[in-house]
Amino acid sequence: MNESIKNIESSTIPRLEGREAFPGEVHPSPSGGILVSKLDDVINWARSNSLWPLVFGTSCCAIEMMSTASAKYDWSRFGFEVARATPRQADVIIIAGTIVNKIAPVLKRLYDQMADPKYVIAMGACATSGGPFFYNTYSVVKGADHVIPVDVYIAGCPPRPEALLHAMITLQEKIKSGMTREQIKMQKPEQSF
Amino acid sequence: MTNEELKIKITELLPAATFEDGGEWINVLIDPANWLFFADQLRKSGDLNFDYLFCLTCIDFKTHLTMVYHFTSTTHRHTVVVKSKLDRNKPEIETISHIWRTADFHEREVYELFGVNFLNHPDLRLLILPDGWEGRNPMRKDYEDPINIIKL
Repeated sequence: MNESIKNIESSTIPRLEGREAFPGEVHPSPSGGILVSKLDDVINWARSNSLWPLVFGTSCCAIEMMSTASAKYDWSRFGFEVARATPRQADVIIIAGTIVNKIAPVLKRLYDQMADPKYVIAMGACATSGGPFFYNTYSVVKGADHVIPVDVYIAGCPPRPEALLHAMITLQEKIKSGMTREQIKMQKPEQSF
Repeated sequence: MTNEELKIKITELLPAATFEDGGEWINVLIDPANWLFFADQLRKSGDLNFDYLFCLTCIDFKTHLTMVYHFTSTTHRHTVVVKSKLDRNKPEIETISHIWRTADFHEREVYELFGVNFLNHPDLRLLILPDGWEGRNPMRKDYEDPINIIKL
């Protein structure tokens, strides 16, 4: 099984550190130059630079998320400007807050309604593990990854806007290198994740 | 009115009331049987005029439950806290939702979380908890849920 997975890893992980502006090589020619690239890489590059988040916040992390969207931190600089109020137009869901048993089916439904390819960021301690509500609570889901798969986790309670930006840029790097869960699933359709 | 003046006025209205000092606001301890009369007076008495119920909650002390009501007056700018001990096995107290409409939802919340039965409440049913939670009160200290709760 592992031959192709190994190939993906060896070919992509160095690129995670490289942070190329655009995938491909330019061969100069008298009339300007020819760009040689892989279509998959170009698609991933395009997707990673236009990630539309879903408007979804369940507690105080959402305040930090709003701050990240605001002028001071301005996530538009990285291609996140269009927060969408419907899952059908969103690419990434930022789980900003506590997931309780009652909202868990709603979160699952929102995720199911999003079009492929879709990505998930678990923001803060609650979404990662239940956080301060891990012990002695009857209502909190101990980690949003019990409900939907997560690509990037952020530590913090709540994380600062810089941390959220870092997580979103990490997600972009992950998409560019084809290492998100969805992308791996598409490459290995016979395997179940 | 200052706290001292409030104390005198409340003692006039309800001689059975006792007081707890030491806080920013005066705490009045009353018997649940006097609650309906006392609440009515707090709202309607002109120089009290407690027109704003800004907190209604309950505390589980393991031996008994205590209802806690916070009132303030938007005209006189004074505040009072009313507490009432309830029997833990059969917690019952009169509703005040006909005097302060906000108490309607607050009492439903206390009903689902602590199991306090509010007598003559117009619509006493679960507020936030999903259907079928009646009788299980998650804010009680002895609440057990081996599936969801990880004990520390």
